[in-house]
Amino acid sequence: MSDFLRSYLTVGLFGALAVGLVGAFIGLSSLVRPTRPQQQKYINYESGVDPVGTGWAQANIRYYIFALLFVMFDVEAVFIFPWATRLEAYGLFGLIEMFIFIFILLLGLLYAWRKGVLRWI
Amino acid sequence: MTSVLAVELSYWQETGIRMLIGLAAVLLPAGTFVYVYLFKMMSFMQSRLGPMEAGPYGSMQLLAEVGKFFQKEDVIPERADRPVFKMAPFVVLVSTFLLVLVLPAGPDAYFVDLDVGIFFALAVSSISVIGILMAGWSSANKYSLLGSLRATGQLIAYELPLVLAVVGVVIQAGTLNMQQIVFAQADGEIFGWGGIGNPYILTQFVGFALFLIAVQAELTQPPFDMPVAESELVTGYLTEYSGMRFLMFFIGEFATAGVFSGIAAVLFLGGWWVPGLDSSSDWFNVLGPAVLFGKMMFVSFLIFWFRFTYPRFREDQLQKLAWKVLIPLALANIAVTAVLKVAV
Repeated sequence: MSDFLRSYLTVGLFGALAVGLVGAFIGLSSLVRPTRPQQQKYINYESGVDPVGTGWAQANIRYYIFALLFVMFDVEAVFIFPWATRLEAYGLFGLIEMFIFIFILLLGLLYAWRKGVLRWI
Repeated sequence: MTSVLAVELSYWQETGIRMLIGLAAVLLPAGTFVYVYLFKMMSFMQSRLGPMEAGPYGSMQLLAEVGKFFQKEDVIPERADRPVFKMAPFVVLVSTFLLVLVLPAGPDAYFVDLDVGIFFALAVSSISVIGILMAGWSSANKYSLLGSLRATGQLIAYELPLVLAVVGVVIQAGTLNMQQIVFAQADGEIFGWGGIGNPYILTQFVGFALFLIAVQAELTQPPFDMPVAESELVTGYLTEYSGMRFLMFFIGEFATAGVFSGIAAVLFLGGWWVPGLDSSSDWFNVLGPAVLFGKMMFVSFLIFWFRFTYPRFREDQLQKLAWKVLIPLALANIAVTAVLKVAV
């Protein structure tokens, strides 16, 4: 196996280690902890009174808009990283190219700003 | 094949040792932070002593707490989505363990030497968002749902300053590899003067400040703790978690604080390197972990200092700060760094 694949095998093993650790802790505690089932314990917590409705409440739509904005900028970040590592080789050409790219994205942010999307009511 | 103390090790033996060290690298800083900062420093800042009973100066308090969590009953709400509810702590801890992988502690002392190093770290750090959403959604609790949505909104908003603050460092170092970033700082020069190398905190101070603020928000610590605000959301997405499952989230939070301060130490403070010793010296394999830990403690001291002294933001102020201040500032930082890099 090549070194490249090996290093990602290590990554996978560390993920398995995390799963193993959580599993071991929860598994061990199941040997020690008491179990006294009582119907009242399994009611959702809502400040001490009986919960109203189903528990899945409606949420503000604004979270969705921020998520959309995030996607735009995250894609930008993905493009900036390869450019950043090779900037010395690209020189002035790379600089101007990236300035155009960032400028277009800034326009997007400014548009969202002007439209009042960034304001949280 | 590498050799440790002149003993040849196969890949599996070597990886076994690395996993043991990785376990220590996740759990020990988390424990240290909880005792030194959360128990003691916070208490002293509030004119009290903190835990004093368990062990000398309360130093065994942590073990007592873990022992307590082992005895807690496992309560899962009736309405909860059980498989998702149980899976959430796993997802959060997987994110932390993958994050610790990229930390180098010496020229040959590293977990894996990924060429995409810091990019990988930024990518896996956002896996925890999924865990938090799973926890909040599956609890079938209004507080949890609101808390997890707030957490998601905050984590993705502050992901951007975090990522963009790192770009300045990448431009200066010309590489994404964490090990190479340390070497670039060790061999760097500040306007032709290489006496102390070039720790990027000096030339990328704006980046460092942005990174710390964004890390603070990623950890959902005060002043950015609206997702877990006790006084309004009763700890948000953690409301229905108790006992061992809660402890897993708690360990995840503090271990992530440790790893993020380690990443900040590598990116901005020169990692395992100290001025005065050649960066390829073998001494750093022994000295490096201690140096890195020292720098980690310094960065985390700053993080926890902010945590204990600032009041909470409002939700609208939080989003405003991220989108209208930090992101434009980070983009300006990238532009200035790039111009200087090409011009000088």
